[in-house]
Amino acid sequence: MELLSNLALGFQTAVSPLNLLYCFLGVLIGTLIGVLPGIGPVQTIAILLPATFALPPVTALIMLAGIYYGAQYGGSTTSILVNVPGEASAVVTCMDGYQMALQGRAGAALTIAALGSFIAGCFATLLLAVLAIPLSEVAFKFGPAEYFSLMVFGLIGSIVFASGSVMKAVGMVVLGLTLGMVGTDVTSGIHRFSFGIPELADGIGFVPLAMGLFGISEIIKSLERREKREVLKSKLMGFWMSKKEVKAAAPAVVRGTLTGSLLGILPGGGVILASFISYMLEKKISRDPESFGKGNIQGVASPESANNAASQTCFVPLLTLGIPSNVILAMMAGAMIIHGIQPGPRVISSNPSLFWGVIVSMWVGNLMLVILNLPLIGIWVKLLSVPYRLLYPAILLFCCIGIYSVNNNTFDIGLTAFFGLLGYVFAKLECEPAPLILGFVLGPMMEENLRRGMLLSRGDPSIFFTRPLSLLFLLMALAMLIVIALPGIRRKREDAFHEEGEKK
Amino acid sequence: MHIKRTKDFSAGLIFMFFGIASAVISGSYQIGTSAKMGPGYFPFALGGVLTLLGLVISLRSLSRGEGTRKARSFRAKPLVLVLSSVVLFGLLLRPLGLVLSTVILIIVSSLASDEFKKKEAILNAFVLLAIVLIVFVYFLKFQIPVWPSFLTGRI
Repeated sequence: MELLSNLALGFQTAVSPLNLLYCFLGVLIGTLIGVLPGIGPVQTIAILLPATFALPPVTALIMLAGIYYGAQYGGSTTSILVNVPGEASAVVTCMDGYQMALQGRAGAALTIAALGSFIAGCFATLLLAVLAIPLSEVAFKFGPAEYFSLMVFGLIGSIVFASGSVMKAVGMVVLGLTLGMVGTDVTSGIHRFSFGIPELADGIGFVPLAMGLFGISEIIKSLERREKREVLKSKLMGFWMSKKEVKAAAPAVVRGTLTGSLLGILPGGGVILASFISYMLEKKISRDPESFGKGNIQGVASPESANNAASQTCFVPLLTLGIPSNVILAMMAGAMIIHGIQPGPRVISSNPSLFWGVIVSMWVGNLMLVILNLPLIGIWVKLLSVPYRLLYPAILLFCCIGIYSVNNNTFDIGLTAFFGLLGYVFAKLECEPAPLILGFVLGPMMEENLRRGMLLSRGDPSIFFTRPLSLLFLLMALAMLIVIALPGIRRKREDAFHEEGEKK
Repeated sequence: MHIKRTKDFSAGLIFMFFGIASAVISGSYQIGTSAKMGPGYFPFALGGVLTLLGLVISLRSLSRGEGTRKARSFRAKPLVLVLSSVVLFGLLLRPLGLVLSTVILIIVSSLASDEFKKKEAILNAFVLLAIVLIVFVYFLKFQIPVWPSFLTGRI
């Protein structure tokens, strides 16, 4: 019954007027940027991070989390109505969602996307609450060796799920780790790689790095493509699903929720993979695989439930182990640190109201999203007709102001432009930036734990192989590497990402 | 040379550049021993690994002739204009203040689009300026210079 009292504590925190307001703002902004192609939760959280400084930490985290899962909702709307994914995780939804819309079933597709997400969100919230305490207790048994090996496992995970060449993804991880070394060395106090620039003494800022690699380079790429969007003109009649559709969609929602929850917990996983795999699964077990891609409601229900479930369960490794499993969670970790909270197993015991408050707020936020989204679809559709040529200067402006206000220095703006250039070059060379960001966040932690571990063992590296948990993580990492190196799976993985890439 | 090959080749070169730079610079810090690592130990190792990876990626791209992906078009205009609008904003914010640098950022970055319309861009600049002043300066009270420093007399 401890769970109930914990949830009650969380509920108290989550429904305070201030937190309700910011939860609402978070999901509203999240939906908004989810609907708009070209701006995602990563950029938005980066932009709004400075604006949350004045808030209490729990309120800030509730809002930032709301942006994240809200974006998963909004992304599907654009996929269904315009056949352009508003969010990377909604790519799969385009396949059947847009087809349904063409057949006049846009309303039903939107409804199942929202309801499926809601059900998935509730389940994931519960799972998070149940798993958090046992996992954080395990985490207390972790020594430096375990942490180091777990991070290796997480980084390998991010490589497995990155598209494109494995070698290049490894390179991006190592480059990220290296960039994480910039700044003052904790042990000796000397400035590393700062080139005499005082602004670099604190290291490369997370916000300029993320904003440059994702935000700025994405804008440049979009401007090159000159894509056109056409909003579906037909009326959105009939939000209700037929009985047949409900019967088909219900089990798909359950399957999507389970798949998504599981994949969200895995390091390196996250929402894109969850929606993609659940779609494949749905197609595989269907009696009528031919109907997928032609407006099968299961092809909307399952991935939409999966991406929402994953967007919540991926908080598990961050809140219990202190290890972010994907880029957005890395941003959340950054936000927690800025607010003076070290992500990790101690959060539950030292900040119980923050921990449970954030978890319960996810459930509250999901409820808001359902209520919010169905009536607001008309407005989102209108919003999609705002031309990109007006939108991207606004995004740039908010980026710049946001970056400046993190440290009140203009050097960071220049740094952002530099990483924008780097991100653009990497995109041209088909190197994915996500592993780099993860490496960047984990770099300093890895170094610290490696140093401590080696100090404890007096320079004997076998400490990483003789402690059972540490060995387990390393073996799992090795297994993942072997799996992606196998030719059959490698081809499948490339096909999967290739298909996804083309849809973009 | 094949497109796919040059892509991997250049990616490898970039990794090698960062790897060598990291290894060389961290060589000037104290390396220490594996039991008592100095500040140079981990970055030096990372630099070495990165250089090796880059080398392998580049060399492999030369020996493998496969890969048929087409090159995506490269256009200098969006790249140059978007980046310079950001850099300009950074350079001008302190001396000119938020109002002028916002207008400059919006106009310069708008030029990057193929559908640029002068009137529309100017209008956009003023609408956004109003939003920025109301939201960031008035409500969120960001510490940011609003007017040019020669008018306010502050630096």
